[in-house]
Amino acid sequence: MTVKEIVEILEGTIVYGEDFLDREVHTACGSDMMSDVLAYVKEQAVLLTGLVNPQVVRTAEMMDMKCIVFVRGKSPDIGMINLAEDRDIVLIKTDLEMFTSCGRLYAKGLRGGSGK
Amino acid sequence: MEEVKLHYDVNAYDFICAGEASGKLKRSLKDLGFDATLIRKVAIAVYEAEINMVIHAEGGVIDATITPEDITVVLADKGPGIPDIELAMKEGYSTAPENVRSLGFGAGMGLPNIKKYTDEMDIETEIGVGTTITLKIYNK
Repeated sequence: MTVKEIVEILEGTIVYGEDFLDREVHTACGSDMMSDVLAYVKEQAVLLTGLVNPQVVRTAEMMDMKCIVFVRGKSPDIGMINLAEDRDIVLIKTDLEMFTSCGRLYAKGLRGGSGK
Repeated sequence: MEEVKLHYDVNAYDFICAGEASGKLKRSLKDLGFDATLIRKVAIAVYEAEINMVIHAEGGVIDATITPEDITVVLADKGPGIPDIELAMKEGYSTAPENVRSLGFGAGMGLPNIKKYTDEMDIETEIGVGTTITLKIYNK
């Protein structure tokens, strides 16, 4: 799946990263607890979260994630956008809830970090 | 590769900048050509420890020593110390205040996560004096 497809599937908008729409992603993780995200060292490409603060971008950075999806209509602030820009991480927002967002992406082939 | 030494200062209660030092260390390891999974292990462990420093202690210093064989990171703070290390190591145990939980941390996963990703972990702590955590990750 590409980042562009994620935007389409989630009826979302790109907050940052128009230039990286062709990035391929295969795995994702959905959580509002950053320590839970950090509990798995395996590469995961997409982070879905309802949490909005700079530590979300930093967590994605530590995990080598390529894309963050903010669910439930949450919007990252300018500080977070600058941080993501500096680290080449795509930011997407969607009005869909976490459950629905994860479900739609899973149905289209995106998998959890364990590959299941 | 010669031995590389890096030093970072961590400010107290600065949630915006928390993770800055870990990010810099991660980029340095990348520049030095280490394997991506190894770098991620170091980054996660040091990031969790850096977050702990910001949450619980009044900031501190991070010193990393990098050799081709291993990466050693010493995180020293002058915080309140850890009264019961065994309890603090337990998954799910947390003393973090509510404002920290709202940032996505304080789930009691910090120290367990650090232990999980390091080959050696040593905690020296004294109540009212501070805590020094030494982490070692082998390049294998």
